[in-house]
Amino acid sequence: MDAATCIAIAIACAALSSVPGGLRRGAGAVGSAIGLGVAGGAAVVAGCWGLWAPATLGAPSAALLDGWHGSLAVDGVSAVFLVACGIVAAAAGLFGAGYWRDTDQPAAPWTRLFLGLLVAGMLAVFSAGDVLTFLIAWEVMALAGFALVATQHRRSEARAAAWLYLICTRVATLALIPAAVLFVHLTGSLAWSSLSGVSIGNPAAMAMLILFLIGFGIKAGIVPGHIWLPPAHAAAPSHVSALMSGVLIKTGIYGICRVSAGLDAPPVWWGGTLLTLGAVSSVLGVTWALGSHDLKRLLAYHSIENIGIILLGLGLALVGRSIGNEAMVILGCAGGLLHVLNHALFKSLLFLGAGAVDHACGTRQLDRLGGLARRMPVTAACFLVGAAAICALPPFNGFVSEFLVYQGLFAAVRGGWGWALGGLIALVLTGGLALACFAKAAGVVFLGEPRSPAAAGAHEAGLPERSAMILLAGCCLAIGLGLPLLQPMLTQAAAACAPGAAVALAPLPAAWWVSLAAAAIIAGGWALWRWQARRLVGSGSAGTWDCGYAAPTPRMQYTASSFAAPLTDQLHAVLLPERHHPDLRQYDGNADAVRLFPSQAAFANHPRDPMLERILHPIAQAGAWLCVLLRIAHPGQLHVYLLYLALALIALLLWSLA
Amino acid sequence: MVDLILALVMLLNFALLGSGRIRVLIRTAAMQGMVIAALPLALGHEHGTRGVVLALIALVIKGFVIPAILLRAFDRLNIRREVEPFIGYSASLMLVALGTAGGVLVGRHLPLAPEHAGNLAVAAALATVFAGFLLLITRRKAITQATGYLILENGISIFGLTLVGGVPFLVETTLLLDLVAGVFVMVIVMNHIHRAFTTLDTRHLASLKE
Amino acid sequence: MTWLDPDILAPLVLRILAHLAVLLLLPPLLIGLIAKVKAFFAGRNGPPLLQPYYDIVKLLRKGTIISRTTTWVFRLGPVLGLVTAVLAGLLVPLGGISAPIAFAGDLLLVAYLLALGRFATILSALDTGSAFEGMGASREATYACLAEPALFFGFVALAMLLPQDAELRLGDLLGMAPVGWAAAAGGMALITAAWLVVLLVENCRIPFDDPNTHLELTMIHEVMVLDHSGPLLGIILYGAAVKFTVIGMLLLGLLLPRTGHLALDLAWGVGSLLGLAVLVGVIESSMARLRLLRVPTLLVSAALLAGFGVILLAVR
Repeated sequence: MDAATCIAIAIACAALSSVPGGLRRGAGAVGSAIGLGVAGGAAVVAGCWGLWAPATLGAPSAALLDGWHGSLAVDGVSAVFLVACGIVAAAAGLFGAGYWRDTDQPAAPWTRLFLGLLVAGMLAVFSAGDVLTFLIAWEVMALAGFALVATQHRRSEARAAAWLYLICTRVATLALIPAAVLFVHLTGSLAWSSLSGVSIGNPAAMAMLILFLIGFGIKAGIVPGHIWLPPAHAAAPSHVSALMSGVLIKTGIYGICRVSAGLDAPPVWWGGTLLTLGAVSSVLGVTWALGSHDLKRLLAYHSIENIGIILLGLGLALVGRSIGNEAMVILGCAGGLLHVLNHALFKSLLFLGAGAVDHACGTRQLDRLGGLARRMPVTAACFLVGAAAICALPPFNGFVSEFLVYQGLFAAVRGGWGWALGGLIALVLTGGLALACFAKAAGVVFLGEPRSPAAAGAHEAGLPERSAMILLAGCCLAIGLGLPLLQPMLTQAAAACAPGAAVALAPLPAAWWVSLAAAAIIAGGWALWRWQARRLVGSGSAGTWDCGYAAPTPRMQYTASSFAAPLTDQLHAVLLPERHHPDLRQYDGNADAVRLFPSQAAFANHPRDPMLERILHPIAQAGAWLCVLLRIAHPGQLHVYLLYLALALIALLLWSLA
Repeated sequence: MVDLILALVMLLNFALLGSGRIRVLIRTAAMQGMVIAALPLALGHEHGTRGVVLALIALVIKGFVIPAILLRAFDRLNIRREVEPFIGYSASLMLVALGTAGGVLVGRHLPLAPEHAGNLAVAAALATVFAGFLLLITRRKAITQATGYLILENGISIFGLTLVGGVPFLVETTLLLDLVAGVFVMVIVMNHIHRAFTTLDTRHLASLKE
Repeated sequence: MTWLDPDILAPLVLRILAHLAVLLLLPPLLIGLIAKVKAFFAGRNGPPLLQPYYDIVKLLRKGTIISRTTTWVFRLGPVLGLVTAVLAGLLVPLGGISAPIAFAGDLLLVAYLLALGRFATILSALDTGSAFEGMGASREATYACLAEPALFFGFVALAMLLPQDAELRLGDLLGMAPVGWAAAAGGMALITAAWLVVLLVENCRIPFDDPNTHLELTMIHEVMVLDHSGPLLGIILYGAAVKFTVIGMLLLGLLLPRTGHLALDLAWGVGSLLGLAVLVGVIESSMARLRLLRVPTLLVSAALLAGFGVILLAVR
């Protein structure tokens, strides 16, 4: 029994978690929750075990294809990802038990089937022992994800999102397969570790690295390959979005880590490109999030931002390996890997909270919600914990990982690599913008008065949902308080990700102090809270101060767009919003007269994803115009096309004779 | 023995192109499939249980499963018998003859390995492929085109079985699965065509072009 | 254990006590001094210097009215505002008096503790469901976001001056300031100016916000705490004063000399904090508050100036 057997058990459990639902009506939710919970626990155990004792498990000896045996391997690189996947899968399964029930959703058994396949696929991706197993697991995961995004296929936005997701994942695979071919060509074997003998200078190796970057980058949602992320994560059911945002996009990061760990001497351009992409993704992601009106889209854009932060850390570590700066390597790697885990935890927490809100109110539009903290107290508290964590505020886990990445960036600047300054400023900007954005999201959704009847009638989420959210919130707090305990794991994982760099197992600077600070905040806050609670006993209550207006309505509250307006106005060059103004000049057809009497008008302001709308759509339309010219050869008759085929075949045959 | 089987296959091609009744067409295609399934045993490439099992699987699928799917579709859709093909029965038969001759000629000129030269294999394979294409191109009803696809696959498998010594088990079964899946999909499409146009005449599909 | 030796323990305890005294007892005096200076410029007598102390004590004894719309978030805002300000203060040295707590990377903790306080305040403002508080919260979030880069540029500039093997501690960083002034006075001056802007923004002083206005539409900090009363308002006033002191100590760390003598350092520290309060009072009296649309421009320019300061220090 070793780590690889453990992960094989986890994969099997996840894949079979939907079977009880198929066998017995009503057992689906519980069966899926238990299956995914067991799979998650086994994955966490396998990850931690494999970190210290790497293990491999090969498929039984009957070779399926010549020279290839499927194999699973768990080692230091996959450990953090497996732990993240395990915890999030267990939480998502638990949440789904209450959220996606057979009574509300007739197609629930299918959703559970694909959910199980998705989790199994992701676990297999993280623990694949060679390139071919990796690709097969990748495909399973990608297609299961497609089926899940298309769950609510009766809605047009879900269909569009699923279609875009499918196209992007096909493009990613289209980049990965030639990369894998080049890999085998350069190294002569399918094992990941065989990359170490290859010199990176030759063009084939460079092409392979670039293709890997494209394929993994699209999956991870790095700008400019992020276009599928917001629609897909918004359209999928919330526990699926949690898994997708928390773990699916990390498979791209895992791929990059694997390839980088295999390189002996990564070139500076590789680390530098990752760093730059990370900086750009983080700032752009949070900017687009500021402009979003939809709660889940906002969270999806924040995923792009956090992937950027992870890449900042990992890129920094790679540059450190290239230039020989050890501090950069350990801090960047530890920070990046810890952020993988942290982001998985707090992002899934936020998505589960958003799911509970969506389920209770039936809408995701920020400006239709409000006042939910009174009606859904547990959800509100957990969402606020997640919001504080994602803004990297102590005492939660987001601060801890960004602390490490910041220190790595400072070490880079001090070490003479000035480009890190750009990364540092990007990280600072990201932090400020994220705080503004989450103050907007959490404040508008949960605080104040309900802005619509749907929000006023909201009810608290059920027990499974609350348990899942409390579990994740507890993990966030635990990591925030417990960095010294995680430290050995992180240094071991960093050593696995950066082989060859003499990463000393020295204690990460100031880990104990950070935990002490977190504890101090909690203790001080608790003490002062108790004091003011005692003081405020017997306090009166009244309406909010309304400047003597005496008839305030919930619609008078600040809306989400207004809250973000000062920042979005500053950043409108990046956001490029679409505005629909009322035309105030028309009056009965007389364009010169100004309206004299009050009447109704409408104003709308929508942010658009510039990558998709301004760049890719025009290119696609130009391509379509070119293709129209080919219409001449298309009579539309099936038989003519078949005739073309036959003629081509005969021509080839004759040509081969000549 | 092998030559006899291949000659039988080529004769069945003529039978296919000449008949106008759809049931007969499907049954003939089934028979051709069964004959081809027995080919590996006659060639002596495969011995032992693996060979027999593979041949049996191929026999069952090509001889019973696929024709059953097609016949069920045929009965469900209540199709009348085939109307005249685009080029007429006699012209089809002449084209098949031409194709067979062409196949023999090409087979002579291809640079084959010594043990395959002088064999009817290449000729039979090319002739069958050609016959399949003819059915696909010149017949109007979708179900006949599906049968043409089957014949095409038969021709390709003749190539595979005779020229390649010992196809891996996985590849063989995958090809058969491919075939079943393809026929399945075609039946579904036929359903849709019938529902949309109340006929299986595939010329109506041209109206889909804008 | 060497630190139990009375020769080392006594000065350490004294230093910590001095720092804590300044951090906890001085802040309301600074606020009172600012008000006195503004009154002087306006030709008035103004409130007594110790008025903020009286106000805080009075408020702590009063009853309170809580809005029906609010939840526990409303009361958490003031609590976290004070706790984070005090904890941040424990990490910032006052000139020659080193901070009670120092470790590698503590400057990040300072920045993010202040961010936590700001987050809690913004959420407690949004909790009331009033348009005014929402307005103030929105502006506060915007300005803080745009002011952070200036602060971090300063940190980077000083970090580049640190010797290679030194840890990234705030005390050591600010201790490099004399080196910076000697090497590139222009760069240090730019950074000092940028940090002064950060001080004014974070504490909502003119030219960014008028603490004495009564027009809710123009307020930022004042309007965020409009619904708080009684002990909660007392905690807020005190917390805001402590935050002013903390950021002031950060700014003065760039300028103060380090004599090594505790009494002299304490005198320098207290004196310069009082001088800073006078300076802020003078600025508030001589300028009008900026148009709100102009504020982001000023903040971005401050950040760019700080960046320029980094470049000047890097090429010394």
